Amino acid sequence: MNSWYWWMILGMAVVTYIPRAIPLTFLEGRELPEAVQGVLRNIPYAVLGALIFPAIFFIQENIWFGVIGAIAAFGIASAGANVMIVVLGSIAVLAVYSLFI
Amino acid sequence: MNGREFFAGLRAGTSIAIGYFPIALTFGLLAKTTGLSLLEATAMSIFVFAGAAQYISLSLITAGVAPVLIVLNTFIVNIRHFLMTASLNEKMQTDDRWKKALYAFGITDETFSVLATQKGNKLSTAFAAGVIVIAYGSWVIFTAVGHLIGANLPQFLQASMTIALYAMFVGLLVPSMRGNRKVASLALIAGLLNSFFYFTEWLSTGWAIMVSTLVSAIFIEWISRKGVKAV
Repeated sequence: MNSWYWWMILGMAVVTYIPRAIPLTFLEGRELPEAVQGVLRNIPYAVLGALIFPAIFFIQENIWFGVIGAIAAFGIASAGANVMIVVLGSIAVLAVYSLFI
Repeated sequence: MNGREFFAGLRAGTSIAIGYFPIALTFGLLAKTTGLSLLEATAMSIFVFAGAAQYISLSLITAGVAPVLIVLNTFIVNIRHFLMTASLNEKMQTDDRWKKALYAFGITDETFSVLATQKGNKLSTAFAAGVIVIAYGSWVIFTAVGHLIGANLPQFLQASMTIALYAMFVGLLVPSMRGNRKVASLALIAGLLNSFFYFTEWLSTGWAIMVSTLVSAIFIEWISRKGVKAV
C-alpha cells in the first residue's frame, strides 16, 4: 500500500471522531429544553431495537442461526440472567445447534 | 481516577470484548487478504475503531474506490453517533471538556449501549473509561491476531459467536423492558422501522438505524407528553 492509505486512515479517523466528540463536548454544561431531553433519554432503547432488528436474524447465511440465536438470547434474558450469561448462553446454544447440522 | 469505578467499567465491558473477538479476528484476516500489512490493518483499528465502517472500507479498497469516497462513506456510516453521544451526554457526569473529548473516541454502538443502559443517574468518567478500554483493547489486539495467525476459529465456533453482540444488546434491553411499556414500545417501533428500511432498501444501514431511532424516540416522547397533558 502507498501513502494514500495512511491519508485515508487519517481521514477515516477524523470523520469517525467528529460525530462522537462534538455532542459530548459542546453540550457539556448546557441545559437542553425538556422535550429534547425526553427524546434523548428515549434514544438508548430505540437504538437497541434498531440494532437488534432485523440484523439478529441475518448473522449467518442459514437463517436458522439467527432465529435460534434470537430465541435463545430473549429466552435467557427473560429468565433474569445478566448480560454475560445471555452472551455465553446464546453462543453455547448455537454451538450445540451447529454440531447437529 | 476512581479505581473501583474503573474496574466496574472493565467488568461491564467484558461482554463487548467477547463480542468483538470474532469480528476483529475476521477483520484482521480479511485485511490481510485485501493486501494490507499487519501494521496497516492494526493501525486502522487503532485510529478508527469503527467495526462496520472498517469492514466496508475493505470491500471498497478491493473494488478500487477512490480513498476520498471511502472517507466520505465512513462519515455517512458513522453519523448516527451524533445521536448516541448527544443522548449519552445527558447520562454522564459533568467533567472537563478534554476528558470528555478523550473518551468520546471510544463511543461505538456497543460501548454506547452498555453505558446508556446502566442503572443510576450520573455515570462517572472512570466507569466509561473502563468499558472503553476493555472494548478497544479487544478490538485492536484481535485485529492484529487475526492478521498474524491468518486463520479463523473452528467453523462451528466462528458461526456461533456471531450472535454475541446481538445477544448482548438483547441482554441489555430485556431487563429495562420488563414492566415498562415505554421502553418496550421504543425498541419495538425502532426495530420495525429499521426492518422496513432493510427490506425496502430505501436507506443504507447507517441512516436506517439513525432515522428509525429518532422517529421512535420522538414519537414516544410526543405520545407520553400528550398523555401527561390530557390528565
